[in-house]
Amino acid sequence: MQHRGSKDYVKWTIAIAVVVFFALLPIVWIFSLSLKTPDTISDKKFIPSDVTLDNYTTLFEGGLDSPLLRPLINSILIALIATVIAVTLASFTAYAIARLDFPGKSAILAGALAIAMFPQISVVGPLFDMWRTLGLYDTYPGLIIPYLTFSLPLAIYILVAFFREIPWELEQAAQVDGATPWQAFRRVIMPLAAPGVFTAAILVFIFAWNDFIFAITLTSSDASRTVPAALAFFQGDSQFTAPTGNIAAAAVLVTIPIIIFVLIFQRRIVAGLTAGAVKG
Amino acid sequence: MTAVAASKAKRGPISDKTKAERKLAYMLVAPAIVAMLLVTVYPILYAIALSLQKVDLRFPQESGFVGLDNYTAVLTSDLWWQGVGNTALIAVISVAIELVLGMGLALIMHKALFGRGVVRTATLIPYGIVTVVAAFAWFFAFDPSSGFVNNLPFIADDKAWFGSHNSSLAVIIMAEVWKTTPFMALLLLAGLATIDEGLYEAARVDGATAVQRFFKITLPLLKPALLVALLFRTLDAFRVFDSIFVMTRGSQDTESVSILGYNQLISRLNLGLGSAVSVLIFVLVLGIAFIFVRLLGTSTPAGQGER
Repeated sequence: MQHRGSKDYVKWTIAIAVVVFFALLPIVWIFSLSLKTPDTISDKKFIPSDVTLDNYTTLFEGGLDSPLLRPLINSILIALIATVIAVTLASFTAYAIARLDFPGKSAILAGALAIAMFPQISVVGPLFDMWRTLGLYDTYPGLIIPYLTFSLPLAIYILVAFFREIPWELEQAAQVDGATPWQAFRRVIMPLAAPGVFTAAILVFIFAWNDFIFAITLTSSDASRTVPAALAFFQGDSQFTAPTGNIAAAAVLVTIPIIIFVLIFQRRIVAGLTAGAVKG
Repeated sequence: MTAVAASKAKRGPISDKTKAERKLAYMLVAPAIVAMLLVTVYPILYAIALSLQKVDLRFPQESGFVGLDNYTAVLTSDLWWQGVGNTALIAVISVAIELVLGMGLALIMHKALFGRGVVRTATLIPYGIVTVVAAFAWFFAFDPSSGFVNNLPFIADDKAWFGSHNSSLAVIIMAEVWKTTPFMALLLLAGLATIDEGLYEAARVDGATAVQRFFKITLPLLKPALLVALLFRTLDAFRVFDSIFVMTRGSQDTESVSILGYNQLISRLNLGLGSAVSVLIFVLVLGIAFIFVRLLGTSTPAGQGER
């Protein structure tokens, strides 16, 4: 690797520029659309000639009856609740698998793997029927339950990989030094486990935030409809105006949290995605 | 958190301590297992039961056991085979393109002399973005009335991308590739990181070219990671739904099997016929998974779970 000439730099710069260009292209495009006025929305130009925030403000006109506010609140709450429950259950399971000796560990991991590959459309019909009978149709729990089920495998795999790396002897060492079991857990184990738990939480949140198929099949109104589902059913101001600008604005708004997550937690996200694959 | 001392496996008869440890373990794993079974195994059994009956919520009084009639109806319909064809086409083409692009991206992230952080950030954005949002972004980009694509050189200004079967599928595949290449790249990157750099040094000393090093060292050693990535992406691509729903809703014969199931179950409220579709999709996915697991054999510790 001695001859890193300027040719190499040019080569890598081009490669990086191409990647960044294609990764950001549709996002820049939708951001540009969201700033355009109705008159210029069809001008096909990347830089809006006339900038307006109307596409954003109309999304929130009318408070809770507005096109986006309720779905946005639903999305945030449903994804957060599903994340907390999924990570809690996955932590229990991963702790047992990483630390305790019992038969059936590999069966649990194989079962979780099978669920990770499960076609969601196959359970949509039965859940639709079951939820209507149980009164869960078009409610928060009606979405939270499938979200936590389908994110548990990923969370369990990530946490098992992380928990296996924790030097659990430290817990005993702390107790020998006079700490109570709770103190040992709170002061020694929790700080060591936190990064893994946090990584799992980010990925579960992204999964719940992104889901579309359950959101459109198990909801029927803004009572529990999340943003992706609401976007697909957006209506224009009148039947003659396509809501392109509004959809673009709403799309930008739901993309912002993801971009912030990626900017702050990118190392964790990569570690989490690859934890299972490499360490096993 | 008290079973600290019992973590070593004991030989011989099961002691009280082992029993207590097992009891704790089962208590800890029970909630997750119940949650996973409740929303997968039970509904699939329920779907099988529904698929053997005539259940149409628009005509509830006509319900009854019909045996395999729903399956016969699905398997003899052109719509189903069109859907299977579309789904297979989308899955095969998009995964093939992703594999090539993902490998390139992984190599850039692995080897770039500078700017790895920038590439990683840029790569994670498509991964994290809501699929429906990505689908809308591409839909608006290719929309003949407002999209920038028709303004590009060599492309007809009035090209109606969503007006024909092939061009609709091409845009759908493009959107899928854009969204999921990063996932492929990250799994391959993890595989690359496990390869010993010394091997490359040795090959270089022996006069191997970069191309030879890639095909003789990188690819063979990457095989387990490659198969795992392929398995997950193929099964994921087979479930394609969001992009099609946003872009065409299945018009121009672009329905995937998932769109087909959705239309029967939710739009037409025909739970019997829709459940037959659901069960058939489940069987197809099971078949694909089985083939991959056979291919993987014992070459990896275990196919590891993503998504």
